[in-house]
Formats: sequence, C-alpha cells, structure tokens
Amino acid sequence: MKVCILDYGSGNVKSVFNMISTLTEDVTISNNTSDIKNASHLILPGVGAFGASMKKINENIPVDELANEVLNTKKPFLGICVGMQVLAEKGLEFGEHKGFGWINGTVEKLNVPDNLTLPHIGWNDINIKKQNNVLLNHFTDHQDFYFVHSFAVSGTDEEYIVSDTEYGTNFISVVNKENIFGVQFHPEKSQKAGKVLIENFLNIK
Amino acid sequence: MKKKRLIPVVLLKNGFLVQSKSFKRYQNLGNPITSVKRLSEWASDELIYLDISKDENYDMRRDDIKHPNRSGILEIIEDVSKVTFMPITFGGKIRSLQDIEMRLSRGADKISINTIPFENKNFISEAAKEFGSQCIVISIDAKVTENGFSVFSNGGKTDRNISPSEWAKICENEGAGEILLNSIDRDGMKNGYDIELLQSVSSAVKLPVIALGGVGEWEHFSEALEKTNVDAVAAANIFQYMDQSVYLAKKYLYENNFNVRKPDLLLI
Repeated sequence: MKVCILDYGSGNVKSVFNMISTLTEDVTISNNTSDIKNASHLILPGVGAFGASMKKINENIPVDELANEVLNTKKPFLGICVGMQVLAEKGLEFGEHKGFGWINGTVEKLNVPDNLTLPHIGWNDINIKKQNNVLLNHFTDHQDFYFVHSFAVSGTDEEYIVSDTEYGTNFISVVNKENIFGVQFHPEKSQKAGKVLIENFLNIK
Repeated sequence: MKKKRLIPVVLLKNGFLVQSKSFKRYQNLGNPITSVKRLSEWASDELIYLDISKDENYDMRRDDIKHPNRSGILEIIEDVSKVTFMPITFGGKIRSLQDIEMRLSRGADKISINTIPFENKNFISEAAKEFGSQCIVISIDAKVTENGFSVFSNGGKTDRNISPSEWAKICENEGAGEILLNSIDRDGMKNGYDIELLQSVSSAVKLPVIALGGVGEWEHFSEALEKTNVDAVAAANIFQYMDQSVYLAKKYLYENNFNVRKPDLLLI
C-alpha cells in the first residue's frame, strides 16, 4: 500500500496525515506526479471555499495525471469535505466555478431554515441509503461524524448517493461511483468512526 | 440530527495544565499532552485548549522518556494534534492573523480570541475572511457588575462596559463562528452555570454558544441544556477529578435522553 495525500495547501492535511499514520507508515503528503503515479490510494483533503480550493488544486496538482490515475487506472480515491465537493461538475460558492465533474451534481449552499446557523458545525449522523457500501463497513445506520461546512453537493444521481444527513434540509454526506468516494464530513476529526472509515477505504484494492 | 456537544476545557499555564478559581488561583495538574490523550479516549466531542500563561515560558522543567520538554505553544499544539482525532480549539495570546495561521497549520481546527477584537475592530472580519467563520471562536468572559453583566478582557482584568449579549451580536455581525461564554464569578466555584447569563446571550444570537464556568456536578450540564439555547456545554476542573469523567458525564446526559452522541470509550 502507498497512500498519497494530495498537497495543494489545504489547512487540514496534517490532521489527515496524523490519522493515517496510525494505520500505515506508507503515507506521504505530495503533489508530484511520480508520487501520484506510484500511489495505491489517493486522498484529497479539503477545508474552505470551493472556488479558492479549486484554484489552488489547479495551480498545485497535476490534474491531468491525477484524472488518468483515477478515471483510467481506477485507483481508489477519497475526497474529504471540499475534496468531495470538487468531484461535482460545478460549485456556486462566491461565483460559479468548474469542478472535476467526475460525479454529476452541483455544489450549493445548504438551504436551512432561519433558526439554524451556517456553517453546519458539529456531530451529526448519516442515513445510509446504500447498505453494504465498502466505505461504510462495520457501521450501522445513524453513525455520527464531525461536519464543518455551509455548502454541499446536490443533484447527484441517486445510484451514487451512499448516505444523506439532515440539518434543516437533507444533503448528501457520502457519494461513491466505482473507485471514487467522497465524504462531506471530516473522518480525520471523527475519532474512532473516522478511523474505521479510513481503514475501510485503505482496504479497497 | 445534530448533537449537543460536551467539551472539556484545559488550561495551560507555563508548560503545565492547571485548574483555575475566579481567574486568580491556579493549581498544577501536570503534563499538557498526556491528560489530553485521556480526554480523547473518553470520546469528548471536542477539546478547547486555552493558553493562560502570562509570558512565553513553557518549560516543563523536566525531560521524561517519551515526553520531551517543550519550549513553545506551537510544539505543544503539534503534540496534542498527534494524540487526538477530534476538533481542537486553541486560544490565548492570539494577536495577529499570522498567530492564527501558525496554530491552524500545526493541527488546530479553530482558534479562540478574547482581547484583540477590542483593540482592533476589524480583526474578526479579517480573520473570518482569511480562514472562514467556522474557525473563529469569540471567548467572552463575563462578570456581574453594578450595571449588570459586563464583558471583561485581558484575562478578566479590563472591564469593557458592554453587555455580553450586545458584544456577542457585534461579533456575529463581524463574522464570528461561535461564542465561548465563561462566567468569571462561577469559575472554579462548582455551583453551576450562570443560567441567566447563558440565556441572555444564547437568545440574542444565532451563533452556537458554548457554556463554561461553574460546573460541579453532571446535573449542571443538563440544567443548561434544559433551560437555555446553548449548543454545547463545557467545563474544565470537573473533568480532571476522576477517571473516565467525560464518558460518565456523557452517559448521564445520554441516559437522561439529551440529544448527545452515544457515550463511548475509545482506544485509538
């Protein structure tokens, strides 16, 4: 196994690295092409706004090579928070921005009632829509994870939606299309549950 | 459904964790990293780590096996973030955007500020723009004065002559993400939260309010959750007194049907 955490200046890279280090020593934080090519598992962490993140990703990561490893070589890929959101076709945070478009959908602001605040911060549970998804091995319905976000992916085909979560409205919390996975919450901050989820991801061959 | 949070607060004073009474008297509790590891294993929902040192001396005065001496807050943040996998807020001595950046890049998820917004009016909005509202926590230390509740800064020394609810509203408009509301009068007194204070602020803003100050028994947590609109209940000293404290407090709330995460003991 060789895990590559894609480095584009996202603030939470270190936390993701710390958690994965408890599972394997074969983990690196990198944005160079050879590390991406040699990796068995690719992780795109994220925190912050869609447009700013996409800009940094385009500036710092060899996106074409990454796309080749994910779409053609079919390496397991996990996007976390904004790292999940950029899988969609476009994002509407501070203007319209193009995403990778690997999974269909648009990133929109959570449409919450007036009495709820954004960002949605805290521990919330997932309603599992696809039982037996490999990423959610060992989990029962309503497992709690830690969320910090104001936007979420919407309009994705039902077949790719693994779970949703309720916060005034229901939004997509886990997606999966073939080897591509995305989670809106932060496994690296979700204690044991987060570690089990990461372990599930690393067990994907 | 989003859960109410139970949050231990630890106070760092010159390299040691301490307990505090009335913002004046401090007792040594020991190593700044090992006790945090325990709090993580008891499935705390988050951790708030406040640096209340008056100077820059973080010497633990010893170099133990596996616990090397630490000379600065940034090294301590790095160590703490290696042993816990939950959201961590660091507060204390934050004077600039660079101070925030340095803490976030070493593993902090949020930072808490208390004094600087009184000196630099644009600080909250600048910090929120740069790092996002979600990581800017405003710590409000309140005290009863002859004019009612008033906000104090500089470690409880300077009366800012503004009510906590008004100050919280200003901070909300500037882009703050959360309010950490502490009562100086209740600090270390074990006689329960100042419910009136919690009500006044949690009804004035939409921001999540974290209650702090005065918890001496688990019932004080439930009292705040029942009577006020706070999003989280926090405490410092009580979590240091017994083994599995956070777990037991969570269990108490869970068994009394409060909307909290299921209690758990983690080995991670």
